[in-house]
Amino acid sequence: MKHFFSFYEQQWTTDLGAYFPGERVVLNGKDLFNELQHLDWMGLLMFGITRRMPSKQQVRLFNAIWSLGASYPDPRLWNNRIGTLAGAARSSGALGISAGIAVSEAIVYGNQPVLGAIHLLQEIKQRRDKGETLVSILNEKMSSHPDDARPAKGRNRKIARIPGFGRPVSSRDERIPPLMTLVKELGFAGLPMIQLALEMESVLLDAGHAKMFLNIAGFMAALFCDQGFSAREQYYLWILCFSAGISFCAADAARHPEGSFFPLRCTNIVYEGKPPRKYPQSV
Amino acid sequence: MSNRQNPDNAIHSSFWQEIPEGDNPFSAAICRCGGYDVYGDLLDKVTWAENLFLLFHGELPSPRQTQCLNGLAVALANPGPRDYSVQAAMAAGAGGSTAASCLMAALAVGAGNFAGAREVYQAITFWEQCKRDLPQWRLHLRKWEDTRATDTGMTDIWPAMEHPPGFAPYGKSCSTPVRQTLDYLAQIQTEGNLYWLQQHRHALEALTRQPLALSGVAAAALTDLGFSSQQGELLYLLLRLPGAAAHSIEQHWRGSRDFPFYREGIHLTNDPGPPAEPQADTP
Repeated sequence: MKHFFSFYEQQWTTDLGAYFPGERVVLNGKDLFNELQHLDWMGLLMFGITRRMPSKQQVRLFNAIWSLGASYPDPRLWNNRIGTLAGAARSSGALGISAGIAVSEAIVYGNQPVLGAIHLLQEIKQRRDKGETLVSILNEKMSSHPDDARPAKGRNRKIARIPGFGRPVSSRDERIPPLMTLVKELGFAGLPMIQLALEMESVLLDAGHAKMFLNIAGFMAALFCDQGFSAREQYYLWILCFSAGISFCAADAARHPEGSFFPLRCTNIVYEGKPPRKYPQSV
Repeated sequence: MSNRQNPDNAIHSSFWQEIPEGDNPFSAAICRCGGYDVYGDLLDKVTWAENLFLLFHGELPSPRQTQCLNGLAVALANPGPRDYSVQAAMAAGAGGSTAASCLMAALAVGAGNFAGAREVYQAITFWEQCKRDLPQWRLHLRKWEDTRATDTGMTDIWPAMEHPPGFAPYGKSCSTPVRQTLDYLAQIQTEGNLYWLQQHRHALEALTRQPLALSGVAAAALTDLGFSSQQGELLYLLLRLPGAAAHSIEQHWRGSRDFPFYREGIHLTNDPGPPAEPQADTP
């Protein structure tokens, strides 16, 4: 019997696209140089991943979320810090920035909470459609279980129980008001998932969870679900969204003296382990 | 980033301590690992495997544990150029990319569910749940199959496992190196998971309908050595890097022309073909 691999050995069958050296490039069945010239980079990214031609409004929404929602120039933020540390350590820009992008797949921020928020919104919508109330669903979600893992620390860290709401650094998300202005202008504010997200925020705050404001992860998840993007499409679409902020930080650190980013004294390492001991004669 | 719990911006460690030089608070005179003076005491006494164990556990290993970890490190050191993680490092080397990017490529590709570190993570969770109890393995595998069948979409940044972790989905029989590694390590760890795996390999292979893979042996060894799923995942990533490094530098020297490009390898199913030539003006 032929090995399963023998079919794939010298052949990669795909409808994504290919490069014909010295001639042309095909993406999703379209000639890049003749049929896709009208797309800007964000539009091309969306077309390449979703295989659907994005509307101008969708491209504008994506650009705004990346610009206002994920491009902070602050080196203290965990993923930006990788770019900064790389710059301060005189590593290359690409190494620092690509590692920072990989680091953005985190538990307390970035890709994991956004995926969690998508599934939460989809689950709550389904349960409401079957007759459950939002108050009862959220009460159940917020009630603590003895085996609940915490997002911020511990050996079994997991994303928050209500991903997309609340923040590790502050409670209110300063990105929502300016983005909401654009969302209204684009005519997306009344769509079902963003409405559900805003309703959830009201229910959580009314129930006394004072810090559970809608955050950018929940906001993005709701908006993109409303646009018909699947969880998988959304995941691939955000992967680079932090790249600008990480790049700013890497470039800035390279302008500073080498090794000058928050240098630590030996005494800044607080040791909490075994007292000094000698290597035993026989282990 | 919040300073609520860390007002002094200190780093806390249960295994690493640094005592500063008298003339420079930013330079360590003594570095202790688990209480042992690394440069003043351990340097001429411990092996790489012992040091690795000490870093993760805060205690020195027994001679048996050292032998087991050393054997595992040798077995994992080079998955060979057919392995995707090594190929990634080689592709980086072929193009003349930076040394770090070669290893980052190997880490990224070797992190996954197919023969990668996430597979080892999953396999260790199987050991943690099923221990050395064959009926429990049968039950757990059945549950895992059921969950897999009902998985409806992307719920995690990690894709769903497509085969039982620790087994080779395309294997015909348990490969010689896998058996040799298991036999060697089981003879060191005569009372743990490795020995049990050696005794029950055929039964487990019958349950999974797939031969045991090296990732499965690694998972058993790592659990015998007291490593958790997270520690095991990290160690597996680390221990497979030497081969990626060696192959990447060899490929760097050999260059891009001496590396497969699969010039005729893409089979595009929706090629629109070259754009039509403009019609000559008719008089």
